Amino acid sequence: MEIASSLGRFTLYRIQVLGRSGIFIFTAILQAFLPPFRISRLIKEIEFIGSKSFLIVFVTALFTGMVLGLQGYYSLSQFGAEAALGVMVALSIIRELGPVLCALMVSGRAGSAITAEIGIMKITDQFPALEMMAVDPLKYVVSPKVVAGIISLPLLTAFFDLIGIAGGYLVGVNLLGVSEGAYIGKLATAVTFRDIYGGVIKSLCFGLLITWIATFMGYTAEATTEGVSRATTNTVVLTALSILIVDYILTSLLL
Amino acid sequence: MIRVENLVKRYDGITASNHLTCRFERGKVTVILGGSGSGKSTLLRQLTGLEKPDEGAVYIDGKDLNTLSRKELFEIRKKMGMLFQGSALFNYMTIFENIAFPLREHTKIADNIIKTIVTMKLEMVGLRGTEHLMPSQLSGGMMKRVGLARAVVMDPTVIFYDEPTSGLDPISTGVIGKLIQDLNKTLNITSIVVSHDIDSCFKIADNIILLYYGEIIANGTVDEIRNSTDERVKQFIQGAPEGPIPFARTAKNYLDEILYD
Repeated sequence: MEIASSLGRFTLYRIQVLGRSGIFIFTAILQAFLPPFRISRLIKEIEFIGSKSFLIVFVTALFTGMVLGLQGYYSLSQFGAEAALGVMVALSIIRELGPVLCALMVSGRAGSAITAEIGIMKITDQFPALEMMAVDPLKYVVSPKVVAGIISLPLLTAFFDLIGIAGGYLVGVNLLGVSEGAYIGKLATAVTFRDIYGGVIKSLCFGLLITWIATFMGYTAEATTEGVSRATTNTVVLTALSILIVDYILTSLLL
Repeated sequence: MIRVENLVKRYDGITASNHLTCRFERGKVTVILGGSGSGKSTLLRQLTGLEKPDEGAVYIDGKDLNTLSRKELFEIRKKMGMLFQGSALFNYMTIFENIAFPLREHTKIADNIIKTIVTMKLEMVGLRGTEHLMPSQLSGGMMKRVGLARAVVMDPTVIFYDEPTSGLDPISTGVIGKLIQDLNKTLNITSIVVSHDIDSCFKIADNIILLYYGEIIANGTVDEIRNSTDERVKQFIQGAPEGPIPFARTAKNYLDEILYD
């Protein structure tokens, strides 16, 4: 009986949190479309979430593409199908690895930083200070981060895809001797708009997911150093798990 | 003028504001005095509309703060300034940007005029020349002065000060106290100071409201409070360890706890 009631309490609490987070993100997105528009804040956030993630995305994409080139060549050469290497690398990256790995990297770099930043703002009374200066903290702090996430992730994913395919080319064509024409030529015919569209949809969803979790965790963090540290850890774990789960759901819907 | 009527606020069964009724006059510095946990900060948060009372009302110029829409509340807050205990400066902005922030948000004043206003406010708090620094490069006292400059940059009609002198050295305490008095006189505004610092409070206050466990136990001028015959007021003013205000929190019997638990 005791177990059932505590399970019930736990479930109800989780549903409440989910509901609160839903209202939170809905309000934040709604606020982004209401004046005054904070373009400079948005650009600053795009710089933080997007531009500053370029290097980490570049390295991840390059090595992912190179490994795929190696593994793909090894597998395909057993059937004499090395010419399909470009298609294999490109489809793996565009449809799956690009959006997922890029989102995981951005969540690790920017997600945790967003939670920590908002948490520290909370500890140091910067939210009540904004309130007292007649500025809505949700609109000023959260909305630009969410919009920046939704804008940045598809762009970073496109960059990831490009570098990943180039990484595969580097290994496949330059190191292992696959024909350049086969790698590039087949790629152009085999990759359809539907594949790219699926990747873009995924990256848009991941952009929202990362900033949603990160900002909500920061906003609801207990206003202590321990609370902020816990919220930051939760952001990293939750975003990583959510990205993988949502990826499966989206893949099954998009296929 | 701010009027508080029958204000009640409870947290988990603890009454932080217990049927409080008082008023804060324009042109006067009113200090809300009390020990830790007496409900000073709770009262301040309700006065500013940062928290809603469970019962009762806060009236600012006749308007009930808690019946206002968010937009109306923000309009009133544009005429309010607040100095936070920890200054609450935005750590990613320079001192100049911090002080200019309310002007940039709510006015269309040209950049060169904003620069002049910020310079004037910094001169007022004696920190001209720090415009380009980040808050982390300032001492606690300097941050409080910048916080004060930011609080008054919109020329408010009400200023709230949350523990303005806590953690400051005697000179900084004196400077902040003088600034509070000067601002109040020159701008003829309502100044509300939350503090537990008796000495600086007696120096700057016109009126004092003394809180004890969420209740007002004294409300009057500095002389009235100084000459109060209430034992609780006397103990608080003198900082006496023995008296009707207990130091230890109420718990179960001490002997029972150490002998039988």
